[in-house]
Amino acid sequence: MVTLPPFERFYEEHRDEVYAFLVRRLGRDRADDAFQETFLRALRAYPKLRHTDHLRAWAFTIAGRIVVDEYRRTRPTVELPELAGEDGRPAFAELEHLAEDLPPTERAAVILRYGYDLDYADIGAALGSNASAARQAASSGVRRLRRQEMS
Amino acid sequence: MTTVTPELDRLFRDAAAREQLLDVAYDFVDSPIGTLLVAGTERGLCRISYDADPERELEQLARSFGVRVLRSPMPLDPARRELDEYFHGRRRAFDVDVDVALLADFNRRVLGELARVPYGEVVTYGELAARAARPRAARAVGMVMNRNPLPIVLPCHRVVGANGKLVGYAGGLERKEALLRLEGAIL
Repeated sequence: MVTLPPFERFYEEHRDEVYAFLVRRLGRDRADDAFQETFLRALRAYPKLRHTDHLRAWAFTIAGRIVVDEYRRTRPTVELPELAGEDGRPAFAELEHLAEDLPPTERAAVILRYGYDLDYADIGAALGSNASAARQAASSGVRRLRRQEMS
Repeated sequence: MTTVTPELDRLFRDAAAREQLLDVAYDFVDSPIGTLLVAGTERGLCRISYDADPERELEQLARSFGVRVLRSPMPLDPARRELDEYFHGRRRAFDVDVDVALLADFNRRVLGELARVPYGEVVTYGELAARAARPRAARAVGMVMNRNPLPIVLPCHRVVGANGKLVGYAGGLERKEALLRLEGAIL
């Protein structure tokens, strides 16, 4: 049985670095909305988390996903930014490295599924979609990785 | 380092409550008997604590009601207003809903009787036990008072020993005395 800290603790611990990341990526004006959206998404998925080891990486994954959405929405032709936080690589750096050429959604789904062991409902919530979309993204990501490996 | 402004922080805390994403919202309320930690669920007020260090309290709330425990002042505004009125002598009964769903039947029944003890009056543990149809359970009633999750609103300060002595209070006897003095039950 996993004991997650009260959400207040998670929020207090990560809000400033997540906000700083969003400001760097989006500028201060757009960072405010993205900040709220990040932690609202985190709230939706939080009770279903299966372990507490990578909460920081998880927060950055959600924030990174929102940055990607925001870029897509406003500047569809601009190159997509890196997904996760650039500092303090978490334990699954290796998987992140392997997956780094995947499209952003597949990459996030693969890392959350196989790196952080979240189930598809959680991943769907973290990515702002749903379980079946998350499953599809993860499996097409894995297929793409296999093809990369063989070529 | 770029840090979250108080305004943005407040926007998020409000949004979390408005979107009904919280198991428990809590906030701190200043009062003449110290800062209170006040917490509520969707169903109503679930905790008032005198404990100045909230760490243990938050853990306890997370275990009882769910891990989405967040400081969020907005949903506690009605409770804050009623407590302010009470401490200014302008309110004699509380109207906010309470959430006692998790309590044992006996505790709920005793606290239900307790809620009927009027402002400014006191009862003994034995009397309260009798009203809850358990006349010999004065000691058990004492335990229920000791673990009352909602002191002040559920007025366990109005329960005294058989000899009229104040006896005990989870928040400390000074607070019990201050509350009874405020209500004019003692001079």
